[in-house]
Amino acid sequence: MSGQQGQTGLEGARERWVRTGGVELCVAELGDTARPTVVLLHGYPDSKEVWSQVARGLADRFHVVLYDIRGCGRSSAPKPLRGGFTLEKLTDDFLAVVDAVSPDRPVHVVGHDWGSVQAWEFATVRRTEGRIASFTSMSGPSLDHFGHWIKKRASRPTPRRAAQLLNQGAKSWYVYMLHTPVLPELAWKGPLGKRWPKILERVEKVPQGAYPTPSLPTDAAHGAWLYRDNVRSRLRRPRADAYAHCPVQLITPTGDAFLSQRLYDDLDHWAPRLVRRTLPAKHWVPRTRPDQLVAWISEFVTSKEEGDPAKEVVASGPYADRFGGQLVLITGAASGIGRATAFAFAEAGARVIAVDRDAEGVARTADLARLVGAPQAWAETVDVSDEAAMEKLADKVAAEYGTVDVLINNAGIAVSGPFLSTTTEDWKKVLDVNLWGVVHGCRLFGKQMAERGQGGHIVNTSSGAAFQPSRVLSAYGASKAAVLMLSECLRAELAGQGIGVTAVCPGIVNTNITSTARFTGVSADEEKRRQAKVSRVYGLRNYPPEKVAAAILRAVARNEAVVPVTPESRGAYLMSRFAPRALRALARVEPPM
Amino acid sequence: MTSATGAVTARGGGGARGLTAELRGFKEVQRLAYACAEAVAAQLRPGVTEREAARMQRRWLRERGVRDWFHLPFAWFGDRTAFTNFRIPLQFFPTDRRLEPGMAFILDMAPVHQGFTADIGYSGCLGLNPVHDRLLADLEAHRELILREVRERRPLREIYEDVERLMVRQGYVNRHRAYPFGVIAHKVDRVRPRRWSPTLFGFGTQSLKGLASDALHGHRDGWSPLWSPYKFSDHPPRPGLWAVEPHLGFRGTGAKFEEILVVTDSADPEESAFWLDDDLPHVRRWQEEGAA
Repeated sequence: MSGQQGQTGLEGARERWVRTGGVELCVAELGDTARPTVVLLHGYPDSKEVWSQVARGLADRFHVVLYDIRGCGRSSAPKPLRGGFTLEKLTDDFLAVVDAVSPDRPVHVVGHDWGSVQAWEFATVRRTEGRIASFTSMSGPSLDHFGHWIKKRASRPTPRRAAQLLNQGAKSWYVYMLHTPVLPELAWKGPLGKRWPKILERVEKVPQGAYPTPSLPTDAAHGAWLYRDNVRSRLRRPRADAYAHCPVQLITPTGDAFLSQRLYDDLDHWAPRLVRRTLPAKHWVPRTRPDQLVAWISEFVTSKEEGDPAKEVVASGPYADRFGGQLVLITGAASGIGRATAFAFAEAGARVIAVDRDAEGVARTADLARLVGAPQAWAETVDVSDEAAMEKLADKVAAEYGTVDVLINNAGIAVSGPFLSTTTEDWKKVLDVNLWGVVHGCRLFGKQMAERGQGGHIVNTSSGAAFQPSRVLSAYGASKAAVLMLSECLRAELAGQGIGVTAVCPGIVNTNITSTARFTGVSADEEKRRQAKVSRVYGLRNYPPEKVAAAILRAVARNEAVVPVTPESRGAYLMSRFAPRALRALARVEPPM
Repeated sequence: MTSATGAVTARGGGGARGLTAELRGFKEVQRLAYACAEAVAAQLRPGVTEREAARMQRRWLRERGVRDWFHLPFAWFGDRTAFTNFRIPLQFFPTDRRLEPGMAFILDMAPVHQGFTADIGYSGCLGLNPVHDRLLADLEAHRELILREVRERRPLREIYEDVERLMVRQGYVNRHRAYPFGVIAHKVDRVRPRRWSPTLFGFGTQSLKGLASDALHGHRDGWSPLWSPYKFSDHPPRPGLWAVEPHLGFRGTGAKFEEILVVTDSADPEESAFWLDDDLPHVRRWQEEGAA
């Protein structure tokens, strides 16, 4: 038996058996029993081992309890199977386990897939009141809420509602299949069971390894009765009083092939003060995004255990559901777009690492980021063009702060002037920062992301000058065009690992890049005059960096590839595809200086 | 219209205490206005609307003899303190926005009392608001910067740009840019008391008349009573009384102070420009913070 445990990743767990309603449930416990108890409920077709990574992550802070639900894993199956899997019986099981593992304190429940479906039942029925301290739901709606959701859309089908209904109807194909007699059992015990790990890896990107366990064919065959015993009856007659009696956190994977995000639109009605989180992942988040789940579950449980009940768990800014608690590193964060982006992520509740060579400015950014909502913010004084310094930074970040979830390679400098008067020194400078800085960032932090294997996102700040040629921007435009193509190539390369790459092309934005711009081929005095003049023009244009920051957050949340921001940048992007000759004509115009 | 410019040629050489009668008049009405702001701020409760707060200011000052206005009292709550999404000047007027715990607010009023004008801005917050506290603390540098550069006789437009640069370096956005003509300051002057003193779009017609005549004269002589980022402010500080109002904004929270800066034509830098009164709520607050 220990050999099997070693494979499944729950080594070191204490095991016990709980007898209830004619079945024997296999319960595993990790961590100190004096700590708050977190009960992890697995889905279909899974066993408790689906949680192994999450359980290990939670075990040093909580008393973690997992059990195989009846008929799955090492728990015994009811006889007969028909009628043995109703939500009422699953509630009996849950209460028996909870009474055994945490007799005097309410427990925190976490459910995935069918684990979440049954936990919704626990969280909404009277007899569990006072036994549940909080509930974290992922990829498993309450069947009662689902029933009301369908009824609402079917009884008054506006085009949008009808589309939502059809969309979810198509995603539920497997539910119809599972209602056919015998065939699902035969498939699971035959070819499907054998191929399932491969399917999971290819379609759902679940990494191969100790999971699924060898008990999969029987788990899946028995679990079919979960659907047959509950779905039809609940959807036809959903309970009208299915209100949650505990705080609920909802984690929605955006790429879930089986459940539409729209299912949760009305959830605030059923669960007051609902905490929403979104995760760019497919259905099996306990396997594909364990670190993020550990962070969010820990935060939620801790806030309910010791936090101020009046304090909101989620930050107030836009996309707080998506970036809350994530680690975001931003280069060039002492001013302009970088600084505004740091603040925008801070408002979304992200942990921010602000990087710049301007020590004073970057310290200020980190300081204000904490003020507007970042749970933690750090300032790092590093020149992005310095390879050794960047490597040191990457090691420090990995060791002290963790793996970066979102990387913003934003640091950049401007050079303007005719090509023939641009010295190699000027070229070296601009390429070192604008291109090599991005290369170092992507190389070092992208590698950490890929090695972790739990997704991430990289944003590189390119420019409108990447597709709008200009007679005075040869060096700058070349560096930014390189960043654009680098991002596109990297996006293709990293897509398979769940890492998105975005190139942001701001355009004319009112930042201090103009006052530090290098103007080649002119005297120092003339350079100063031009800096002042261009700054004034940019000031009159007055496109605020805050809007670029908002575009960056949106681009990360939607995983967009190329994002021109200002109208002129968007116009140039469009013209570069449909009227490139017009852009070339524009490029010949000498800007009035 | 009597010009205050003549009255402010110097402080009479007596340092801070040697204000002329004219300046004392301005100082008294500025104190009155700040007293009003503090009194009204102390009465603000959750649920009070901007309109109610503006009315409270108006009533408080009317009870104390104010009959004319440079402009009627304004009140801004929450993200309106940072002029979020302000497009047209009508949006400055008080709305039915209600005050909530933790919200920042700004009271801005410009009463005319016995012919003397004040124009003040008072920033506060209901309960705890760390962002607002930080903004208010960071305004101190701007008060120092403005005085220093005015004493250096730098062109107003350059001072404006320096203030904006400091704001950006601090991580904030320049929000006085949202005011009409983007002004950071404007001239104030004496107003002859009239029995009937109507207002136009919230501005006292007497004061508007004064401002317009200054603008006209200034236009001929190459200066402007509006201290703006534009070319017409590209001149050294003009002697007179300037109501200076740097306004910081940061992620939906704004803070400002507004008080009178006296500019004279004295050759002595100390006497060439000084704040009319150094005993104001925001200055006291900085001193207390500095002492703590």
